[in-house]
Amino acid sequence: MGDGTQVSCRDMLQRMWLIRSFEERVIDLCHKNELAGLLHVGIGQEGVAVGIASSLAEGDYLYGTHRSHGHFLAGGADPNRLLAELAGKEGGYCRGRGGSMHIVDTDNRLMTATGIVGGTISLALGTALVAEEEGAVVAVYFGDGASNTGGFHECLNMASLWKLPVVLICENNGYAEFTPMSAHTNVSNVSDHGKPYKIPSRIVDGNDVLAVLDAARYAVKRARGGKGPTIVECKTYRLRGHYVGDPESYRQADEVAEWRDKDPIRRFGEDLKKQQMISQDEIADMQASAQTTIDEAVQFMTESPWPSPDSMTDHVYA
Amino acid sequence: MAETRYIDALNRAMGQEMDNDPTVIVLGEDVAVGGPFGVTAGLVDRFGEKRVINTPISEDSIMGMAIGAAIAGKRPIIEIMFIDFLTLAMNQLVNHAAKLRYMSGGQLSVPMVIRVQQGAAGGWGAQHSQCLESWFQHVPGLKMVAASNSADAAALLKDSIRDEDPVLFLEHRGLYFRSDDPPPSEASPAMQAATVIRPGNDITIITYSKLVWDAMDAAVQLERQGISAEIIDLRSLVPLDMETVTGSVKRTSRALIAHEAVLNGGLSAEIAARIQEQAFDWLDAPVARLGAPFAPVPASPVLEDAFVPNAISIVEKVLRILGRD
Repeated sequence: MGDGTQVSCRDMLQRMWLIRSFEERVIDLCHKNELAGLLHVGIGQEGVAVGIASSLAEGDYLYGTHRSHGHFLAGGADPNRLLAELAGKEGGYCRGRGGSMHIVDTDNRLMTATGIVGGTISLALGTALVAEEEGAVVAVYFGDGASNTGGFHECLNMASLWKLPVVLICENNGYAEFTPMSAHTNVSNVSDHGKPYKIPSRIVDGNDVLAVLDAARYAVKRARGGKGPTIVECKTYRLRGHYVGDPESYRQADEVAEWRDKDPIRRFGEDLKKQQMISQDEIADMQASAQTTIDEAVQFMTESPWPSPDSMTDHVYA
Repeated sequence: MAETRYIDALNRAMGQEMDNDPTVIVLGEDVAVGGPFGVTAGLVDRFGEKRVINTPISEDSIMGMAIGAAIAGKRPIIEIMFIDFLTLAMNQLVNHAAKLRYMSGGQLSVPMVIRVQQGAAGGWGAQHSQCLESWFQHVPGLKMVAASNSADAAALLKDSIRDEDPVLFLEHRGLYFRSDDPPPSEASPAMQAATVIRPGNDITIITYSKLVWDAMDAAVQLERQGISAEIIDLRSLVPLDMETVTGSVKRTSRALIAHEAVLNGGLSAEIAARIQEQAFDWLDAPVARLGAPFAPVPASPVLEDAFVPNAISIVEKVLRILGRD
């Protein structure tokens, strides 16, 4: 993970390209039947992943959702082991037992992703009991859809009650699976839910990585300073379907096109170019370097053995 | 040794483990004031509010919190006041506690104890009296134990706290204020071991939790009729100690499995199936089962009495198995 103060714009852009390249390759491999499983990609949401991870320090904890390839790559996960896990290979993070929705990388304190919407928020609260003894913070992702679960409200209440060092990141992409936010709640902003529980919040343009970073730093500072939880609501959009193969019959092409113009990666690159912090050639190099990394990950995935059926019941118990 | 009440054995075991291991924490509704029965009484005074966490009524999220604390290095003991309320925490228990070790390829460990009490006593009705253990034997990754007596309550709770996996620890509120003790044995049994609590030759009665004592009562009555019943207290419901069960059945040639839970899909069905798989040739009678009727637990004391198996129904069942009814 980044360490909050040392992170450079260049590093952030590079990481965003890495995530984009990874997920585009995932789609490609899926279409070629070289990758199976229920795959949720977050193309278009890389600004959130990198902004949040860049605000965290060594020793902080991160929890994901069902759409967390980007969250964890931003947090330092190895693309080789991540891709091998998606493929169900022995060399994957979880020896192929977890798959796309259950990535865990304890070395980087990427505690777990989950297939249960809103399912990791309470886990983050529990880990916060340990984190507060260590001076660490726990960041946890959830989407706009999760704000309608009972557990979300239970957790806001308890995180506030005990001033737990958690950063509550709402990655609001406007859709709960196939249902737009306007059709699943009358609440305007997910962070509005923080008010009755006395949890402060920041609402940011999630496609502006520096705005995400700034809000996340505010939240991390509060958490580390013993001031309790903060909601960081990042308004963003997934440019692809809910899962790879989603026919996307629930939204209009012009809406997607509108958001494509707000692509967080291209936008950040343009900003950096305008400020003469980077050249177009250097951006092209970054893209090429990301592709090379992903090529290597594909090779690692391909060469990694399948798990043996004899090992089926490994890890059911200690 | 002075008699120890079941509830005091539990309280003492938790206190001792908390003394020995600073990572052990307790969380649950009303635990700071001892809970409705007093199992956690006094712990907050000894260990403080950081280790004895009194939670809001939020079962799903306190279960999740216990899991999140466990995978980061704590050993949480979460109290769910009634097993009926575990329905509200099923998501976290089944989808995360039971599966995180597996799904993470062994990276995560979830050493936590879920203390729940269950069973019908006192006419508390259908949402405060159920026995739901059969649901959880179906979930790989969970362990489950049930203590029938004070010595086991302490031993099994300590073992459960020290275990590296999530353990569902079943208590019975009808035992809380009793001081039953099994006949003393030479060595304390392992956590996963069943015990032969009364030796016999004519039939093996396999049971657990409070019903162990009804079976013991039944055995005394049967003895007067010349029938010698062996009684096995399972103690561990997941995993099952089938070696002890089949070892006994192969000697007695008859088996009755009894529990307070409703018979349909009960733990007895699993045990009966395994006995016929593993000891069919030794059987002189079909494996028999005894459980509650397929109905919610009624509130009326008259109906509740008729609902829960007891010594009388065990005696009747055994006589029928032996053709002596």
